Amino acid sequence: MSDQMENIPDPQNEEAAPAKKKSIAIGGRQLSVGALAAWIGIFALLALLAFGLLRNQEGPVTVGETVPNFTLTTFGGEQISLEDLQGKVVVLNFWASWCKPCEEEAADLETAWRMYEPRGDVVFLGVDYVDTETEAMEYLEKFDITYPNGPDLRTKISQAFRIRGVPETYIIGKDGKLAAFKISPFISLAEIQGMIDPLLESS
Amino acid sequence: MMSKVQLSRFLFTAIILFGLFASVMAADAVRAQEPLPQSPSDDEVNAIAKQLYCPVCENIPLDVCPTQACAQWRELIREKLVEGWSEDEIKTYFVAQYGDRVLAQPPASGLNWLVYIIPPLAILGGIYILYRALRAWRQPPEGEIEAQPTIEAVDDDYVARIEDELRQR
Repeated sequence: MSDQMENIPDPQNEEAAPAKKKSIAIGGRQLSVGALAAWIGIFALLALLAFGLLRNQEGPVTVGETVPNFTLTTFGGEQISLEDLQGKVVVLNFWASWCKPCEEEAADLETAWRMYEPRGDVVFLGVDYVDTETEAMEYLEKFDITYPNGPDLRTKISQAFRIRGVPETYIIGKDGKLAAFKISPFISLAEIQGMIDPLLESS
Repeated sequence: MMSKVQLSRFLFTAIILFGLFASVMAADAVRAQEPLPQSPSDDEVNAIAKQLYCPVCENIPLDVCPTQACAQWRELIREKLVEGWSEDEIKTYFVAQYGDRVLAQPPASGLNWLVYIIPPLAILGGIYILYRALRAWRQPPEGEIEAQPTIEAVDDDYVARIEDELRQR
């Protein structure tokens, strides 16, 4: 009798009981599918935020780190890839025509380039950061700069090096690793030589 | 035969007429020239500039940014307008040169989608939470209603006496 009673559904109780929601047990707690999706969404968003913040705080490429590859398209249309310069010391200078401190080192960089160019194992590259071509060309002409220069298209190179401003100069060793960097203008030709020469003597 | 006086009058008149003719021709020549390309106004330049942000000075729209870099960019916009470029062409050029981050309104692609999806989702979520909270506030849980004593349930002599007295008044 009691068994039969148990099997007969009670319409009153059925009406009173709320519709059963789909739920998943996690760590002994019942979570509805909607709540679970909301939590996953919030955690994904926080993870993205954390990733962005960590990337912002990384700072520039550090000495000893393998330098990210890049391709510079010069104002003349020539394409220069870092991969193609393996076995050479690369002096990568970020500058802009609107940057007054850049002017302080422009002449010294050009003098250094003319000194090292005959050797063939040192390459100077100028990356023009967030600039307009007309003013950039005037700048190159003003300081009679002859080493390859090109715009930082879509700011890809500066982002790869995580630069904080201009001028910044990165000196890449023959092994493709960052050997030295300068976060401000060079104050003399001797300072530039002091960074490049040890890399040539060691080879 | 013309007298000397007549000759001089004739020459004088001829010179005046020639002068008038020459000035009219000169005026015609000025009118016939191609109109000079008008330099775009600052408002036209700023209409595009305010949709762009220079990476050097973040969070400052290009139309009000005081740096030299931004002044150069505004001049570049002016040059492109003189060349007959449209607003979209100029913006496309800036994106190609400096990347998506120069746009005040980022394109809806990649992670940028989050910028367009999260705010409406957050608003909808907030409305839902508010709705649930208001509903819970206006309708207390059924268990609590049942637990409250009803008037019928109260069987108190004291209450009965008070009700009797109230009826008598």
